[in-house]
Amino acid sequence: MSDAVSALNGAEFNGLAKVVETGLGGMITLRGDLASDRIKAAVKAATGTEVPATRRIAIGAAGAAAWMSPDELLLMVEYDRVGAVVAKLGEDLAGAHHMAVNVSDARACFAVSGPAAREVIAKVAPVDLAPGQFEAGDFRRTRFAQVAGAFWLDEAGVFHIVCFRSVAAYMFNLLSTAAHPHAKVGVYA
Amino acid sequence: MLILECPYCGVHAEETELQAGGEAHLKRFGPGSSDEAFHDYLFLRENPRGVHLERWRHVNGCGKWFHAARCTQTLEVFGTYRAQTSAPPQDIRDKITAKRPGWTWREFEG
Repeated sequence: MSDAVSALNGAEFNGLAKVVETGLGGMITLRGDLASDRIKAAVKAATGTEVPATRRIAIGAAGAAAWMSPDELLLMVEYDRVGAVVAKLGEDLAGAHHMAVNVSDARACFAVSGPAAREVIAKVAPVDLAPGQFEAGDFRRTRFAQVAGAFWLDEAGVFHIVCFRSVAAYMFNLLSTAAHPHAKVGVYA
Repeated sequence: MLILECPYCGVHAEETELQAGGEAHLKRFGPGSSDEAFHDYLFLRENPRGVHLERWRHVNGCGKWFHAARCTQTLEVFGTYRAQTSAPPQDIRDKITAKRPGWTWREFEG
């Protein structure tokens, strides 16, 4: 078996904010009726969390569940556990109209941390990031300059980004440019 | 800059997060219809100065299609509504009527 590696092998950039490619993340796209009891139970079994509210992410001990659209969730678990979790979802939801797919290798994950992290994201995504408008636990699908991506803010003040693996290098260069030490705007300072 | 509220995820999305989908509430004429009806369905589009009903897709977001009622002259947005309908809902019609009394658009009117 070949070793799975992430798109940029954990590349790092230190500037106004620290940009890190966080390596392999286990991700499952789950589509179905999010209000149904069976989906709720299956998500609970997979990640230990409830089904998140609109545009929110629920983070638990065994993983996280993020709201992607009215009929779609992104489940995040450890990379090595994905196969087992997808199989379990298939058993739990047998007979119920749904789709659970392992998309881990189609994605790249980044973390942006530091005092200017909010500003770095705001430079490249058309989202209101003013404190109070975007807080810990909020999740947003949007675009980062020219590519699609999604991000959320955790309790520690770190922004996490997921995008397609094919645009990982673009995303890293984009975030690094936005976090260039000479590129401070100070809009949220 | 046009800003539309996506009725599915509640995001106030700006134009670059959306994709324009052309005219709303098209009636399709396929096999069995007259050549004239098919021609009109295929080629004739509304191009009003004023109230217009359009389809939009929240492409860099939740990915859902929805409808928007707006004014092409002033870019004023009257409201957005879900795609699962073949006519603008009454609350949207009322909002348009409040701003543009006597408006008409294809077979719809205030």
